[in-house]
Amino acid sequence: MHIVDRRLNPGGKSLPNRQRFLRRVKDVAQRAVRESAREKDIKDLGKDGRITVPGDGVREPRFSRQPGTGHQDYILPGNKTYVEGDRIERPPGGGGGGGGAGEGGDGSENSEDAFHFVLTREEFLDLFLEDLELPDLAKRRLAIVETEGLRRAGYTVSGSPANLALSRTLRNSMSRRIALKRPKLEEMTALEAEIARARETGDPGLPDLLQKLEALRERSKRIPYVDPIDLRFRRFEPYPKPIAQAVMFCLMDVSGSMTEHMKDLAKRFYILLHIFLTRRYKHVEIVFIRHTDRATEVDEETFFGSRETGGTLVSSALVEMKRIVAERYSPDDWNIYAAQASDGDNVSSDGPTSTELLRAHILPACQHFAYLEVGDENGPRAGFVEHRTTLWRTYEALAKAGEPLAMRKVNHRRDIYPVFRELFGRKDTKAEA
Amino acid sequence: MVASLSRKTSAAPPAGELLFSGNDWDFHTIRRIHDACEAVAGPELGLSWYPNQIEIITAEQMLDAYASIGMPLFYKHWSFGKHFAQQEASYRRGLMGLAYEIVINSDPCISYVMEENTATMQTLVIAHAAFGHNHFFKNNYLFKQWTDAEGILDYLDFAKGYIARCEERYGHQAVEQVLDAAHALMSQGVHRYPRKKRPDLASEQRREREREQHGEQIYNDLWRTLPAKAGAAKGDPALERRKALLELPQENILYFLEKVAPRLRPWQREILRIVRLVAQYFYPQRQTKVMNEGCATYCHYRIMNALSQKGQLSEAAYLEFLTSHTNVIRQPNFDDRSFGGHNPYALGFAMMQDIARIVEQPTQEDRDWFPDIAGTGDAMGVLRDCWENYRDESFIAQFLSPKLMRDMRLFHVVDDPDEPEMRVEAIHDERGYRKMRRSFARQYDVAWLDPDIEVVDVDLEGDRRLILHHKALNRITLQKDDARRVLQHLADLWGYDAVLKEIDPASGAVLVEHTASARPIFF
Repeated sequence: MHIVDRRLNPGGKSLPNRQRFLRRVKDVAQRAVRESAREKDIKDLGKDGRITVPGDGVREPRFSRQPGTGHQDYILPGNKTYVEGDRIERPPGGGGGGGGAGEGGDGSENSEDAFHFVLTREEFLDLFLEDLELPDLAKRRLAIVETEGLRRAGYTVSGSPANLALSRTLRNSMSRRIALKRPKLEEMTALEAEIARARETGDPGLPDLLQKLEALRERSKRIPYVDPIDLRFRRFEPYPKPIAQAVMFCLMDVSGSMTEHMKDLAKRFYILLHIFLTRRYKHVEIVFIRHTDRATEVDEETFFGSRETGGTLVSSALVEMKRIVAERYSPDDWNIYAAQASDGDNVSSDGPTSTELLRAHILPACQHFAYLEVGDENGPRAGFVEHRTTLWRTYEALAKAGEPLAMRKVNHRRDIYPVFRELFGRKDTKAEA
Repeated sequence: MVASLSRKTSAAPPAGELLFSGNDWDFHTIRRIHDACEAVAGPELGLSWYPNQIEIITAEQMLDAYASIGMPLFYKHWSFGKHFAQQEASYRRGLMGLAYEIVINSDPCISYVMEENTATMQTLVIAHAAFGHNHFFKNNYLFKQWTDAEGILDYLDFAKGYIARCEERYGHQAVEQVLDAAHALMSQGVHRYPRKKRPDLASEQRREREREQHGEQIYNDLWRTLPAKAGAAKGDPALERRKALLELPQENILYFLEKVAPRLRPWQREILRIVRLVAQYFYPQRQTKVMNEGCATYCHYRIMNALSQKGQLSEAAYLEFLTSHTNVIRQPNFDDRSFGGHNPYALGFAMMQDIARIVEQPTQEDRDWFPDIAGTGDAMGVLRDCWENYRDESFIAQFLSPKLMRDMRLFHVVDDPDEPEMRVEAIHDERGYRKMRRSFARQYDVAWLDPDIEVVDVDLEGDRRLILHHKALNRITLQKDDARRVLQHLADLWGYDAVLKEIDPASGAVLVEHTASARPIFF
């Protein structure tokens, strides 16, 4: 008899099966995931990954007999009052005799109609963010996204003394000394002691010993303790180091004209962007800048929570952003993303200033700049000529001039996710759509 | 990792010494338990078994094992992932408890036991699986005939590797499609009877000689004068020849496709074969559910009682055992809300106990019904014989006693669609016993339960259409939706059209006809 402890075996034996299953239900699962994103609060996204897929795609058909057709026999336990020849009314629902003998087939069919299962957060986000891509990453990867780092790469025979690999050098020297039979120190001291003794006693072998000592000395002089050929230096090799850090600038107009609804829309968009960036970068920082007619950097709480009054001066936020970039986030080290939300109001005289700021400073530093114009819940009235806000007109002119600037309008929170997908969707899939 | 425990430390404790106290156990305890059970199973019960291998696993690993139909290694397919997700979800929500053990018909016999089990449960599980099921696997004729306990794990290893290699070479999707189709036909992928051996020349010649001699012995010239029977229609020779070549009619559809389907590629045939052999391996288990569980339950009951009598189990442990034992053999009545058919553990255990009673203390009725075994005195001998030579259907037909039918208060209801109400056909009385026992046994006849579907012909000269018949027993037709889907898979594998006719065997009328055309997915 053997006892085998399998508990320490790696788990997840059925993971490949699960992957195959997910691949199978991918389309439906993806739809379900996006549905749930629309309904649920974005904060809870992926926390409870329970989704339901219709049983159709994952049905495993077998030849089986239809219950409730033809002549059926039931043998049942627990007879109390029946005698032979009694008539029993059929139970409703076409089920089998007595209690539930016929239920097997029906029941399993129903349970196959919809299939529930739970996705892990990883799987959920994978499906959720699939075919989204960071814009222009490819273009900039060569130029900016990578820097050079140094890493150890073996040893070299030349180098600066600071990089001397001591133990490696001494190891080489020892093997060389052994191979060339360099006299050991003990050997020579022993010989010297013998010579001293021979001198005292007047041993006739003294000249021999002296000669021997001389030879040893000569030899040890010719075979140095450390030779230049023993030297080894630690070698460092430069390698391209991707910048795995990103900073996300959230710019928002908080003037009186921004309603709670608009802020909520903006918040949802920021959260999506944050989830998305955290999937791509190890390290993501967020900078919140809110502005009325002057801009300040605030924490998240204040950003979404408190109200301000005052006019609207978009360029103030852009100036603030430029300052922060210059101070803390050098574009060489950071991938910079910016998302601006506003209801579109701006002092008309501010237009040229903003344009200039964006064109000259902000856009060149950014990987992506998205402008989200949030509107009333009721949205633009149908049949109305689309109203263009001041800010929209300003940015539109920029975008038309070929600047990398994405802009969308959002009125209802159900539009957030589609708009987000539009902004970040893979270009080829977008072309198909 | 094999926990290598030396034999010396685990000598079975002398009678009267508790095997364990409390709920905790370690490997030494397991070994002591195993040896104590062995001391009962061998000399007292006369069981014989494959060497045991007891593996301790976690709940997650148990779920894994569930998902691959209990086998320690299996090929990958999405349906296993689906079952895993399903079971995991209901387990996490607390809807489902996990089995205490899973046992595999292999040599050595592998029993998985859960780490959460208490020491008492481990004893129960070892007695149940490592001795009860193990004995049954080793001795029952169906398992001996149809399964290769020694080779199964190696074969599964091969299957897993083969399918993985196919996935690499031909792509996940191509393999998945073949597996989907093969799984749909899995229950039509078993041989129900041993096939005829191909005759060799020597035996053919001998047979021919014997026939000749026989003809000479009974030669009577008078026969020559009899007129030939008018209209003894000779069958169509082309059809006969075709049927003989294709081994038609053939109820093992997977076998038929593997050998004959014209357009399958070799690796696709090999996958069909793998699925078919796995189905064949599990076929005896489906036929012996009641007996297998009955045997294991009876064995654990005897072993646990013997241990308790020897003083090797504490009172507390014995009570814990009784609690789970009674849970296992609970049989709700038909009008109970929890009724879900017959509990194979309950039925099997009740029958085994009943047989022991008949052998040891028969009544006059038992002597009338079971003259062969009543009062012979060797209960274990009779039971071992049952376990060896019967399957559920024949076992019930042979050994369900009137007393047990009365105890279970069985009755037989017939639901005939032509009548307005259902009718009680028989109850547990003198007139009903035999009728009821026959019908009851039939409900355990897998060949009777599975729809009887055969490949009957192929239109070789025309459009190569494959023709199948379903003999709709009692006019029970197939579930339309599923039948259509499975037939679609079948047509895909066949490569041309397939038609399935559901035929009423009494009148020969076609009740329903399904057709499917092959989709160009495999070729």
